[in-house]
Amino acid sequence: MKRGKGMKFVGDSRINAESTSTVPKDYSEYPGRTEAFWPNFLLKEWLAGSVFLVGFLTLVLTHPSPLEGMADPTTAGYIPLPDWYFLFLYELLKYKYASQDFILLGVIVIPGLAFGALLLAPFLDNGPERRPNKRPIATSLMLLALVATIWLTYDSAGAVDWEARAEANKPIPASEVEIDTSDPGYAVYENSCMSCHGDDLTNGAAGPPLIGIEHTTEEIADISVNGIGDMPADVFQGTDEELQQLAEFITSVNEQAGE
Amino acid sequence: MLQKMYDWIDERIDITPIWRDIADHEVPEHVNPAHHFSAFVYCFGGLTFFVVVIQILSGMFLTMYYVPDIENAWKSVYYLQTQVAHGQIVRGMHHWGASVVIVMLLLHTLRVFFQGAYKKPRELNWMVGVLLFFVMLGLGFTGYLLPWDNKAYFATEVGLNIAGQVPLIGDWLITLLGGHPEIIGAQTLTRFFAIHVFFLPGALFALLAVHFILIRRQGISGPL
Repeated sequence: MKRGKGMKFVGDSRINAESTSTVPKDYSEYPGRTEAFWPNFLLKEWLAGSVFLVGFLTLVLTHPSPLEGMADPTTAGYIPLPDWYFLFLYELLKYKYASQDFILLGVIVIPGLAFGALLLAPFLDNGPERRPNKRPIATSLMLLALVATIWLTYDSAGAVDWEARAEANKPIPASEVEIDTSDPGYAVYENSCMSCHGDDLTNGAAGPPLIGIEHTTEEIADISVNGIGDMPADVFQGTDEELQQLAEFITSVNEQAGE
Repeated sequence: MLQKMYDWIDERIDITPIWRDIADHEVPEHVNPAHHFSAFVYCFGGLTFFVVVIQILSGMFLTMYYVPDIENAWKSVYYLQTQVAHGQIVRGMHHWGASVVIVMLLLHTLRVFFQGAYKKPRELNWMVGVLLFFVMLGLGFTGYLLPWDNKAYFATEVGLNIAGQVPLIGDWLITLLGGHPEIIGAQTLTRFFAIHVFFLPGALFALLAVHFILIRRQGISGPL
């Protein structure tokens, strides 16, 4: 051994003179046609990568990344949801034997066993066989875990009305809207609408934000009386003049927000 | 000109062996989709790395606008999303990349698992790969809070509560992650930012380096 002489650190020190079984077979020992990585195979990889990138960018361009309203710890009744790839862990905690008195099972034991087994898979499944049908225990456990994960995710995501969620939590820059509380329409709003839509029209206990809507004054007046979607009819109590003031007030706030 | 520059460097630091270690190897037939189309399953790992590179680049550009404090975090994201040219695209790449990378990672893991490619002598590389999976989930969890919108805030509240259920070290864990045993606020956002931008990427790079060095040293597993 003359390591270090001539500064051949990488090329010469990489493979031990006494080669053991951990050294991979030379590719010439594989049957069939090998191909040089550089540049032949890399060019093809670039092609596959480009196709992937086009698909990815199409997704990005057609689906703008979501943003909800600014975090407000006092928002009542907000139903928290983690990102989709944590939903299975979240859903697990809703089962009887994974919550309450058994919370340790749901938080530590079950995920710990699953991920621990994943980490230690080479030592748990340490036979020489590589084909999935020759190692039925490992294969079936993985399939079981996969089905359970997909089912939990589906169960959790399927119960959510994603469009209504997005609609109810639109981003509104707080600084841009100043509510004119001396407006006669505001007094009407205070009486009839505020309990559901919040004191600054951004949203409240039950109603969606009233800023960023695209209704005309007449439509707003109509909705106030007749309701829309989950909103019941006859929420508004007052005279026709007050109704007109209310609708104009909401329109004016929207015009101001749109500027 | 380029050749002369290369020779100049090579003469001094003997760069050719390094270069040959990285690029000069043969790709066996059984992993080459040009010969067997079903070999596309071997692309998942490379595509995962490709999305990781997208995440690193788009994340670097996001930090040019993002402000990690509770007054301005949401506003800076909103500004980026609505006012900055192509800001929506860069944020979109980072947002969707976070999901796509999990999908590719899962496919890559399943490929390796069902082919039994983690068997001797590749146990270490499998474990490094699973650790990479954990790091990636951590990046997803911490990155979710950063826009500081309602979704982020309440999901983090739940996440930290779950972390608090861990026996013995629960409270300690919450304080470590969130900066305070009860309040989710300014310190939480700053800590999550630090974890997302410095700590976890550091671990990610180190593990990726080991992952790639091991695959080059051991070669890809043979055909089934």
